[in-house]
Amino acid sequence: MPDRTPMTLFSMTTRAMSAQMVRMNAATSNLANAGSVSSTEAGAYRPIRAVFATELDRASGLAGVTTGGLVRAETAPTRRHDPSHPLADRDGFVFEAPVDETAEMVEIMESARQYQNLVQALQTAKQLMLETLRSQ
Amino acid sequence: MNERLFGIHGAALTLRSERMGVIASNIANAATPGYKARDIDFNAALEARLARARGAMPADPQAGMVWRAPTMPSLDGNTVELAREQVAFAENAVAYSATLSFVQGKVNTITRALKGE
Repeated sequence: MPDRTPMTLFSMTTRAMSAQMVRMNAATSNLANAGSVSSTEAGAYRPIRAVFATELDRASGLAGVTTGGLVRAETAPTRRHDPSHPLADRDGFVFEAPVDETAEMVEIMESARQYQNLVQALQTAKQLMLETLRSQ
Repeated sequence: MNERLFGIHGAALTLRSERMGVIASNIANAATPGYKARDIDFNAALEARLARARGAMPADPQAGMVWRAPTMPSLDGNTVELAREQVAFAENAVAYSATLSFVQGKVNTITRALKGE
């Protein structure tokens, strides 16, 4: 654990928001690479996914979230017969990235909703904290 | 002293703030596989706090902590349902405001008594 300062509502939300950001960026990269082709099966783009993990702070009882890293999907690229393609191999096949555009769009939408939810919760919490501070 | 001055509201305010953190944790972990949503059973936790303040047996700090029973468990083991968390968060925020105004009222009463207005 690199930093051992106690987790507050703010730091927890910050981490959760950056985790959602990583997830959204991963999904966007997949969308950007949809339809990209390669001449070898190994060289084709594989979709990436962010993996989330909980980090529990025992002192405050808060549970933040971290990105445990990115994993590449094991889906096999689609093999398409297209002899006129400049990247086609000796037998006239190209390998297309196995990106499911619909699934990626849904992933981005879900991520955006959860991000929004986090911001709302933080705003409410901040407002309550300020009210508590201002009361004489 | 604290309890004599504020009644249950001092303990209640701390508890409301803790519950806000717990529900915010659920919201933050809405996409974490295997995360189990938690909540604080307010009555049980408040009872434990007050018993400890009265000098009874030291209650464990986890008193009143409950797991949320999901309406429909998801495939990845996550039991957070955003709609329920939102409602719980809103309810808790309103209750926090109410408790806060009770505490403020108490403080105002004492201040007035001290000033002799």
